[in-house]
Amino acid sequence: MYGNLSIVEPLNTEEREDPERVAEFEERIARGEKIEPGDWMPREYRRQVLRMVEQHAHSEIIGALPEGTWITRAPGFKRKLALMAKVQDEVGHAQLLYSAAETLGKPREQMINDLLSGKAKYSNVFNYPALTWADTAIIAWLIDAAAIINQTLNSKGSYGPYARALERICKEEAFHLKYGYDNVVTLASGTKRQRQMLQEALNRWWKPIMHFFGPPDSMSVHSEKLLRWKVKMASNDEMRQMFLDAYVPKIWELGLTIPDPKLRKNPETGKWEYSDPDWDEFWRVINGNGPCNRERLAVRRTADELGAWVRRALLKPNGRYVAPLF
Amino acid sequence: MGGMWHLSSELAGSGMSAPRTVTIQSLDPRINRLRIPAELPEFTPKPMLDEWEPYEVFWKEKPGDQPVHVGTVRAPNPEMALVLAKEGYCRRGKTYTIWIVRTADIYTFSPDDTDIFATVPEKTYREPDAYKVVQKILRLKRQQQRERSSEEGE
Repeated sequence: MYGNLSIVEPLNTEEREDPERVAEFEERIARGEKIEPGDWMPREYRRQVLRMVEQHAHSEIIGALPEGTWITRAPGFKRKLALMAKVQDEVGHAQLLYSAAETLGKPREQMINDLLSGKAKYSNVFNYPALTWADTAIIAWLIDAAAIINQTLNSKGSYGPYARALERICKEEAFHLKYGYDNVVTLASGTKRQRQMLQEALNRWWKPIMHFFGPPDSMSVHSEKLLRWKVKMASNDEMRQMFLDAYVPKIWELGLTIPDPKLRKNPETGKWEYSDPDWDEFWRVINGNGPCNRERLAVRRTADELGAWVRRALLKPNGRYVAPLF
Repeated sequence: MGGMWHLSSELAGSGMSAPRTVTIQSLDPRINRLRIPAELPEFTPKPMLDEWEPYEVFWKEKPGDQPVHVGTVRAPNPEMALVLAKEGYCRRGKTYTIWIVRTADIYTFSPDDTDIFATVPEKTYREPDAYKVVQKILRLKRQQQRERSSEEGE
């Protein structure tokens, strides 16, 4: 995970936490207990979990857009139904995650404002377009595979509402992964042109996929405390290694080429080695200069504005803000 | 960004007459139909309650099950909450029914007060295990025997 500290309240480092309470809190986490919304937690924990859950929620809602590109032109009715179901799942995940994030004290309206104003970040991969049907197959297979690695680990994390939301999400993601794999295998065993379309899609998506787990551990700050607090369950590089271990053989098996001549598993270290996936591009895209950043935001804002009159018409005059229970 | 993220114009082919304002050109025909201006107007933040109020969702897998709290939805009224809860929480597997309750209507203890239940397990006089009746009966029987044998001896 990366970014988004700007949208949660800055931490006042002058205000020290009570060391006894922090120790008690850390013991609970070490025992494997879940932290629930009403429990005492260090301000830094609240801030980091909120950042992560909120970014995940935004990623789900924006993540529906690249694949949605192909709903009107899906090859065949069954694939169209499946793609619509997948996109609906993603939007539903955003709802679950916004609710989980709200339990940390930030109202949903504020989170959506931060997304729509461009202040908040979401997963960088969704700033790239799905140029062809094969791109949606690669997204559904490999991006969702990467997401499942991250989410399965985090469903064992310490914040109760997030962990429970992830368990539910992972069950649905299992279908996305299999559906994506099915589409990839169909193209891989198809005509020469279909195989070429698939290979070109993989070539396009390889760098964003390598970026998916965030910057290398050598570049990322405050990881140690987040691991101890079970906010993160593995480092970015560890998750990237898990992904490569599980999926590179499956990609090769289909006769596809991975566009990185340096990619290999070092037999001595047991670790994958790869070329620098261009972290400058990662930062450039995350800061708003990717191929689709503007479109994604514009579409989300337009959708929100087009629905505004319906929401306003249904609003009750005596309504008041209440945080969800969880 | 390099050329790899663009299709050739032949493949992208919009063919539409150019609109007056420059609009977002998307690969998604649904988005092109919306004619979204490329230059977004200044953003006006949505007011509080724009996303409505929360309802809690309770789920029953089969008849006779006690409802289990599974999460939250935001909705403008109970009818919509039920529809949205069905979409959000009953997407896979079996469901018998769901209940929804307005979060604001749930009256519960503050997390700081949940220690009022701490003494419950201590009140062992309310548990069957606290009563050792068998031992008392055995003692009673021994006493009765002693009394009988002393009567016989008189």
